[in-house]
Amino acid sequence: MGQPLTIWEHARLQGHSRRDFLKFCAWLTAAAGIDSSAMGDVVHALETKPRLPVVWFHFQECTCCSESFIRSSHPIVSDIILDKLSLDYTQTLQAAAGEQAEKALHDTMAKYPGEYLMLVEGSIPTGADGVYCTIAGRTALEIVKEAAAGAKAIVAWGSCASNGCIQAASPNPTGATPVHKIITDKPIIKVPGCPPIGEVMAGTIVHLLAFGTIPELDRTGRPKAFYSRRVHDTCYRRPNYDAGLFVESWDDENAKRGYCLYKMGCRGPSTYNACAVTKWNNGVSFPIQSGHGCIGCSEENFWDNGPFYQRLSNLPGFGIESTADTIGVAAGAATAVGLGAHAVLTFVRKRDVVAAHESPEPKAQE
Amino acid sequence: MANRIVVDPVTRIEGHLRIEVEVKDGKVVDAYSSGTMVRGFELILKGRDPRDAWAFVERACGVCTTVHALASVRSVEDALGITVPPNAELIRNLMFCAQYLQDHAVHFYHLHALDWVDVVSALKADPKKTSELAQSLSNWPKSSPGYFSDLQKRLTSFVESGQLGIFANGYWGHSAYKLPAEVNLIGVAHYLEALEWQKEIVKVHTIFGGKNPHPNYLVGGVPCSINVNEVNAINAERLAMVGKLFDDAQTFIEQVYIPDLLAIAGFYKDWGAIGGGLENYMCYGDLPTKGYNDPTSFKFQRGIILKRNLNEVLPVNPKDPQEVQEFIPHSWYEYSGGDGEGRHPWDGETKFNYTGPKPPYTQLEVEQKYSWLKTPRWKGNAMEVGPLARLLVAYASGNAEVKDAIGGVLKQLDVPVAALFSTLGRTAARGIETMLVARWAKEFYGQLLDNIKRGETRTAETAMWEPSSWPADAKGVGMSEAPRGALAHWIVIKDQKIDNYQLVVPSTWNASPRDAQGQLSAYESSLVGTPVANTEQPLEILRTIHSFDPCIACAVHIHDPHGRHVHHLDTF
Repeated sequence: MGQPLTIWEHARLQGHSRRDFLKFCAWLTAAAGIDSSAMGDVVHALETKPRLPVVWFHFQECTCCSESFIRSSHPIVSDIILDKLSLDYTQTLQAAAGEQAEKALHDTMAKYPGEYLMLVEGSIPTGADGVYCTIAGRTALEIVKEAAAGAKAIVAWGSCASNGCIQAASPNPTGATPVHKIITDKPIIKVPGCPPIGEVMAGTIVHLLAFGTIPELDRTGRPKAFYSRRVHDTCYRRPNYDAGLFVESWDDENAKRGYCLYKMGCRGPSTYNACAVTKWNNGVSFPIQSGHGCIGCSEENFWDNGPFYQRLSNLPGFGIESTADTIGVAAGAATAVGLGAHAVLTFVRKRDVVAAHESPEPKAQE
Repeated sequence: MANRIVVDPVTRIEGHLRIEVEVKDGKVVDAYSSGTMVRGFELILKGRDPRDAWAFVERACGVCTTVHALASVRSVEDALGITVPPNAELIRNLMFCAQYLQDHAVHFYHLHALDWVDVVSALKADPKKTSELAQSLSNWPKSSPGYFSDLQKRLTSFVESGQLGIFANGYWGHSAYKLPAEVNLIGVAHYLEALEWQKEIVKVHTIFGGKNPHPNYLVGGVPCSINVNEVNAINAERLAMVGKLFDDAQTFIEQVYIPDLLAIAGFYKDWGAIGGGLENYMCYGDLPTKGYNDPTSFKFQRGIILKRNLNEVLPVNPKDPQEVQEFIPHSWYEYSGGDGEGRHPWDGETKFNYTGPKPPYTQLEVEQKYSWLKTPRWKGNAMEVGPLARLLVAYASGNAEVKDAIGGVLKQLDVPVAALFSTLGRTAARGIETMLVARWAKEFYGQLLDNIKRGETRTAETAMWEPSSWPADAKGVGMSEAPRGALAHWIVIKDQKIDNYQLVVPSTWNASPRDAQGQLSAYESSLVGTPVANTEQPLEILRTIHSFDPCIACAVHIHDPHGRHVHHLDTF
């Protein structure tokens, strides 16, 4: 039996040139939000690290996270699935089923205690003693506790695992619970979104692989690299908002010109995600670019913060934006007030971000 | 004495499925299919804005993403009497086609292929012979001896590393694997190629719906606007990209998927007589060419076939309270009128009532309730839905294009029509319709361009957008053909809010438990008679179950605490 191959050795075997490999490292460095001076560390790490054992659980979910992950655009990312990680348990892709699948899981847990990475897709139902989700006759609740005990760290994929997502929406009929409310003694990285962007998922995993550390997280546990900016602040349609140019009705003349979707209910102003920067499916588009407002799918409780087509100013808790709604009115004074109010909101939101950045917490690469 | 085999989790599917079978003398004599996860969508939807419903129900499934959104907007449009503009219909059709192309190819390679392809055997293949074989099957350019030998080296070092990942504990070397090593190597090569390709075709969703999985839909049309003079709308650049994506998809389907399907099927013709199961097939039809309200214009015809009688296609009307009904004699629910009731979805109820064994358990109480799936019936009949049902209904309806495509495949495999009613038939039907959909997508694309050339750019009908314009009470049904089969959503709207919402999805039809009369549903029925060579390795059971492409999350839909920073590890 040979030695486990390093990531670079795998890349070479797959016919990737050294140049391709270095380009990948550069992409990764940028995607992970790491200073480019650290790229040498990335290259070194990928050249020398063997494959990391990974177990991927599916509880109350729709598999959109797995689907998003296999859409990650970089050519080497798909190889991660087969080669860079040792994906020892995943109900979506693994060849074995039933007892043989469960054996693969338990073999990994026994062979790599404290070493394996645990990925969780889906929420865990706690109602009725957990009978709303069972695998091999055991409840998700029991499984998640058992597997977490030996995990080095946990990644909560998507909104289901991060905040409960749709099944936790009112009235949460099954007691759907995110993983961090059940497991409290392990590092948990939340990667919310319904689903999260594939590149964000890959970026998170590759950060773990390359640096051997958890990426820098915000105070809710999300990687800062991808979740520190509002969609509204990074949206290419933002100048339309600032100029008071809004879509007023679906497919109207303003929609055909790509004006701001704020009045159609866009949640960009209250959503922290990388959609407007990274975009989706190799940068092809993102919801706003394709004419529909953001529904805020990476934010906790977004299903209950609707209806989706009601503009934010009309929703409870968003009064500060109410005067911004008058931006579309031609009167100059109204516009000025609106912009002022929006600026205040933006400042309030940004203050959190700035504070988080300026906090004396240790940085991952230190 | 029969031997009980339990397969849980059934892997390479979407969702949580448990299969228990009784095996006697090397064959399955009875089977039980159980969905083991529930979320309660219907309960969550009550009281919400009907225009939001598509986003909720789209999350029923991320594998067959978009299909529930489509059924949902159609149900609301049906309730409110909205007709969407022709361009919206075409864009919805294009998104539908993109979903089929991606979903079916991923099913074939990533969810089903390992039931037929022995990955370890591929290590013994001769790359030169593999190349010759590949070139005899197809014009696909990646077929040189070097290509296959590089892949084989990669595979060898993977296996030698001792970390087998997703291939660990597979059924390699099982006597039911019949492919020569060279065909296995081609299968593994295209497993990886398909993984790359599937990222491309979904970009059609990203262009029109902003993202994939879970692109955006809109009641009344589609959210994207068309303006060829604007960078911020669907313009020439976006349309050209859509055209290219469908061209490339057709190449992949015709040069990789179909040749592989035929090559592999040729070694498993015995599976043309295994796994037939039910004799009734249902298809709601889809891909309108003259609007959703004219089902006669659909590319996939609507109808019912009973007793495999291809000379008669019966009509189906999901609004008739006597036709589609859901039963719960073996499902963990309760009805206000008791377990004997069948309820039409407009009057559907969702109330959990778990009475199964206390976990951890080793066997379900199959005489009692044993699944989170309800049991739907059409006029009391158990129905199979999915690619095979679609093709049979189209065939029996006289659809010449479908007849030709089926005839061509049967001829190439040299098997009779009866071979369609089987595990192999289901898998072949999925490939055949993928080929057809790849063609149809180009027709729809051409029609969209023609409309735009004529100056027709409308994509949304907004006259009924404001809830104040709605009647106090309205009911609708939205039908579609999801990749896995007949899908419908029933909505009841009262005072501008959802009063009741029920989904009866393909995998509920196929994977549900038996009914009070003891009639098995499609999975259970098709497993009866399936050979099992080794009770420790349920490979044959997986073949038949995977031929349906299970999608169980849909089917059971139906259902830092201190504010301080974050975890930090010095080493990972």
